[in-house]
Amino acid sequence: MTGRALRRHITSRVMTVLVIALSFTAVLALVLILGNLVLKGASSIDWAFFTKSPVPAGQSGGGVANAIVGTGIIVGVAALIGVPLGVGAGIYLAEYGSGRLGFLVRFVADVLNGTPSIVIGIVGWTFIVKPSGHFSALAGSVALAILMIPMLARTTEEMVRLVPHSLREAALALGYPRWRTSLKIVARTALGGIVTGCLVGIARIAGETAPLLFTALGNLNFSVHVTQPMQALSLQIYVYATGPFEDWHRLAWASALVLMGLVLIISLLARWVTRQRYGSIR
Amino acid sequence: MNETTAVLESRAYIFWYGPAQALHDISCAIPTNAITALIGPSGCGKTTFLRSINRMHDLTPGVRHSGDIQLDAESIFAPGTDVVALRQRVGMVFQRPNPFPKPVYDNVAYGPRLNVLAPPRELPDRVERALRQAALWDEVKDRLREPGTALSGGQQQRLCIARALANEPEMLLLDEPCSALDPIATQRIEELLVELKQTYTIVIVTHNMQQAARVSDYTGFFYVGHLVEFGTTQQVFTRPTDERTEAYITGRFG
Repeated sequence: MTGRALRRHITSRVMTVLVIALSFTAVLALVLILGNLVLKGASSIDWAFFTKSPVPAGQSGGGVANAIVGTGIIVGVAALIGVPLGVGAGIYLAEYGSGRLGFLVRFVADVLNGTPSIVIGIVGWTFIVKPSGHFSALAGSVALAILMIPMLARTTEEMVRLVPHSLREAALALGYPRWRTSLKIVARTALGGIVTGCLVGIARIAGETAPLLFTALGNLNFSVHVTQPMQALSLQIYVYATGPFEDWHRLAWASALVLMGLVLIISLLARWVTRQRYGSIR
Repeated sequence: MNETTAVLESRAYIFWYGPAQALHDISCAIPTNAITALIGPSGCGKTTFLRSINRMHDLTPGVRHSGDIQLDAESIFAPGTDVVALRQRVGMVFQRPNPFPKPVYDNVAYGPRLNVLAPPRELPDRVERALRQAALWDEVKDRLREPGTALSGGQQQRLCIARALANEPEMLLLDEPCSALDPIATQRIEELLVELKQTYTIVIVTHNMQQAARVSDYTGFFYVGHLVEFGTTQQVFTRPTDERTEAYITGRFG
């Protein structure tokens, strides 16, 4: 082997090893988090954990059923508000957003995307909690929806832009009006990507804590009234982890594990939807 | 064939993309139940003219036109013209096959469903008829539930033709329909076009001069935005009146 070829060979080896090492470091973070959660949280997860509400401080037992249901309701309502608005805005941006208004909407979405979530929480407090006079799950949902909308608008726009222009032309040439072409052909073709974007967005907001502190507040009792304060897993973790009781710490770990598992399931679902989409095209 | 009557007439049609004039003073009459080929070098306005006929330029920003194009003696640009109805009457097939990523059946059923041309229970018959007309039925009759994108390139293009035919148009515009296809698929499409001209008026843009000579009854030669010559294919190919036409078809430039 000549000196040059040898040097090239060695460089290649070193770089490969380096890249593998870096990837492992990145994955290691996830493994450590998950491992830690399972180690400290798994033992506290039993049937009562999912079915019972918290017991008064100091007593042992009880569960976080109120927080699990609360996260479901708050995130569900947030999705009901955020998905139509976000996806609609995204389709608008991709299909009609070449003018000044489109530029403005895109700019606002980017700024909102970069806004710290606690600021969104304060907005929810200022515009809903304060005028209505009390904290409510609905205010939390609105705050989370505001977080979600710009995210969905931008991912939907990307997905819709991926639809080949020739498909639009095909529909237009058949006599489809433009709006029907946008909805029936373009958005339908991009549907897999849009659904994936929605699921990723839902997974993101499911773990948010800061916006809920000022809006949904938290609730130690079981509640399904959206106009009243409601508990969420993220809030529960915050309260229990910072509290003084050993039992609370235990439940906080377990709640964190459940929340992580929830996000993981949604992400896997998103993966699956994406796979279905590419599967159908091939 | 009957006397050739012009169903489509272009009158001093001029077209600009922004400041660039793409078409100069295009005047011609496209005869019915015949195949008219538009030939000429790339970038000479053939496709621009073709796309004007069913107003596909409507959504392109910054374009304008003057002059007129008339279908059955009515201006397609007249205020109040229903573009949806116009596109139903004038079907279009594109350069690259562009089936929807949906089942074969749905691809063909799209137009009739939109234009409510038939009661839903007659839809399967219509789809079958269109696929038979496009000489595709025998190949796909057992694959109607498969996505249109799973077919071969030549089949996809015939599917696009079937999709256009299911709309029951009067006229079919084809923009280099064979440029992405192999010679065998091309031959099938050409045979198909000759059959279809019994029922439809066909305008085809092509870069392939043998193709124009083989299938068309009339030929228009475009050169830098001008319609240099328009006549029967036999006349244009054997006794061209303009020396640019002769230079192009004998292959001296192009």
